[in-house]
Amino acid sequence: MTEIAFWGAVELGLVYAFVALGVYLAFRVLDFPDLTVDGSMPLGAAVSAVLLVNGVNPWLATGAAMVAGAIAGVVTATLNVRFKILHLLASILTMTALFSINLRVMGRPNVALLMQDTVLTPFYGQGLADYYVRPAFLFVLVVIAVALVAWFLRSEFGLAMRATGANARMARAQGVRTDLQIFAGIALSNALVGLAGALFAQTNGFADVTSGVGTIVVGLAAVIVGETLLPSRLVTVALIGSVIGSVVYRIAVQLALSADVIGLKASDLNLVTAALVAIALILPRLRKKGRASS
Amino acid sequence: MIRVSNLGIVFNQGTPLEKHALNGIDLTVEPGEFVALIGSNGAGKSTLLGAIAGDTLATEGTIVIGDRNVTRWPAARRAGIVARVFQDPLAGSCGSLTIEENLALAAARGTKRGLAGALPRSRRAYFRDRIATLGLGLENRLEDRMGLLSGGQRQAVSLVMATLAKSDVLLLDEHTAALDPHMAAFVLDLTCKFQAELSLTTLMVTHSMRQALDAGTRTVMLHEGKVVLDVKGEERKGLGVDDLVDMFRKVRGQDLEDDALLL
Repeated sequence: MTEIAFWGAVELGLVYAFVALGVYLAFRVLDFPDLTVDGSMPLGAAVSAVLLVNGVNPWLATGAAMVAGAIAGVVTATLNVRFKILHLLASILTMTALFSINLRVMGRPNVALLMQDTVLTPFYGQGLADYYVRPAFLFVLVVIAVALVAWFLRSEFGLAMRATGANARMARAQGVRTDLQIFAGIALSNALVGLAGALFAQTNGFADVTSGVGTIVVGLAAVIVGETLLPSRLVTVALIGSVIGSVVYRIAVQLALSADVIGLKASDLNLVTAALVAIALILPRLRKKGRASS
Repeated sequence: MIRVSNLGIVFNQGTPLEKHALNGIDLTVEPGEFVALIGSNGAGKSTLLGAIAGDTLATEGTIVIGDRNVTRWPAARRAGIVARVFQDPLAGSCGSLTIEENLALAAARGTKRGLAGALPRSRRAYFRDRIATLGLGLENRLEDRMGLLSGGQRQAVSLVMATLAKSDVLLLDEHTAALDPHMAAFVLDLTCKFQAELSLTTLMVTHSMRQALDAGTRTVMLHEGKVVLDVKGEERKGLGVDDLVDMFRKVRGQDLEDDALLL
C-alpha cells in the first residue's frame, strides 16, 4: 500500500467516523436499528453539492446537509413513534424514498465539484500536501464531534436518552418522554450522517446518488470494530472506539484490496466489507467461548 | 391525596377477548396515608396501580392526584407527582447504566431535562450520603453498573430513587415479592421508614395478608375489579390473618382457593 493510499484510507475512515457516531447513537444508545443512513448520507452529499454549485458558502452548505439529514431522521421517527411502524421497516421506507428525493435534489445522478470552493479550500496550498490536509482537517472536526456528543450523552437530556434505549418503561416512570427522545436521537444521528455525506462530497469532489449503498454496514462495522478494540462501558470511550474502528476498518479494507497475492479488485469492496463485519462479530464470541471452556 | 372515582378499565374493548379489569372503583387515599392493597390473582390490584400511574388510561371514571385531575395525563407527565417501585427489580432501573446514573435519572423526575451535566460533584456527594443510609456498602460502588447488583440491592436502590424527587404519591407494586425473605423484610422495613419520614401518600400492592395487616395504616381488598373490604384504625388493629380470611369469605360468599393469600 502506497503512502497516498494509506492517507486516503485514513481520510475515508474519518469521513465515515461521523456515520459511526450516528450509528452508535441509533443502534447502541437508543437500541433503534435505523437504516435511514443509507439515504441520509447521499442526501447530505447531494444537498451540499447542489448548494456549493450554486455558490453558497461551504460551511452554510455543510450545515444545510446536517439539517436535511436531521429531517430524514424525523421522518423515520414519525413513522415509528406516531404511526407505530416497526423501526426497521420505518427506516427502510425513508431510505427508499430518499433515493428518489436525492435524484430530485441533484436533478441528475451525480454532481461534480471540481472548481467549487469547499470547506477545505482555505487549507490547501499552505505548504502541506493535499493528501495530508484532508485527514488533518477531518481529524479536527471528528474530535470536536466526539467531544460534543460525549458531553451531550452525559447531560440530563442525554442520560434520559440512554435510559430510553435501555429500559423505556423505567424511563417513562421517571418522567422521560421517550417518544421525544427517539425523535431527538434519530434526528441527531442522521444529522451526523448528513454531515458525513457533505464532507464526503467535498473531499472526493462529487456527490453520487448511489454512494449511500452499504453505509449502514460500514457504520456498524466501525462501531463493532471499535467495541472489539476498546471494550468499555463508558460512553466517551465507546465514541472514541467508533472513530478508531472506522479508520482501522478502512485501512484493513485498503490492505485487503491492495494485497496483490489475494487477487482482490476494487469491485470486491462490498464482499470485503461484509466479510470484515462478520469477522468482527464472530471474534468476540469465539473469545468468550475460549474463556468458558478453559 | 389520591381520589379514584367510579374507575373502570376494560381491556380489548369490543373484541371477544374483552375483559373488565376494574368495575367502578371508588377509593380515596388521604395525604400521608399508607394503604396496603390485597386481592387474589386478577383482582385488579396491579391494574389499579397502573391506572393511577398512567400506564393504562381509564375507560371510565376519574383519577385525581393532589388537586389535579390526571385522568387523561400520559405516564411520563404523571411521573412528576407519582413515584413508583416495580415488582421486577430489573424493571425499575437501568442495568446498563451505573448506580449514580440511575439516581441522577430519578432525581430529575418531574423536572425539565436540559443539557447541563447529569452528575455534578455536589450531586454525587448527595447520592453517596443517601445510598450510605441503606447500610449495604453500595456507597463505594456508585460507578458500578446497576446490573451487577442483586435483586434485593436493586430494589433498595429503587426505593431511594423513588424518594429523591418530590412526589405526591408513592406506588409500590409487590416490590418485595421477587426477593428472598431476608431481603424482603429489609426492603419492607425501609419502605415503612421512608414512608414515615417523608409522610408519603402510599399505595402498596401485596400478595401477603400478613404484610397487608402489618405494614401501613389501612388495608383495602379488591375482588373482580371492585373494593370489597376497607379497614383502618382500631378495627384494623384487632385483625389477624384468620379474621381477614373470614371477612373475605363473608363478603364474597366463597372460599379462598388461593393459598398464597394466607402467607
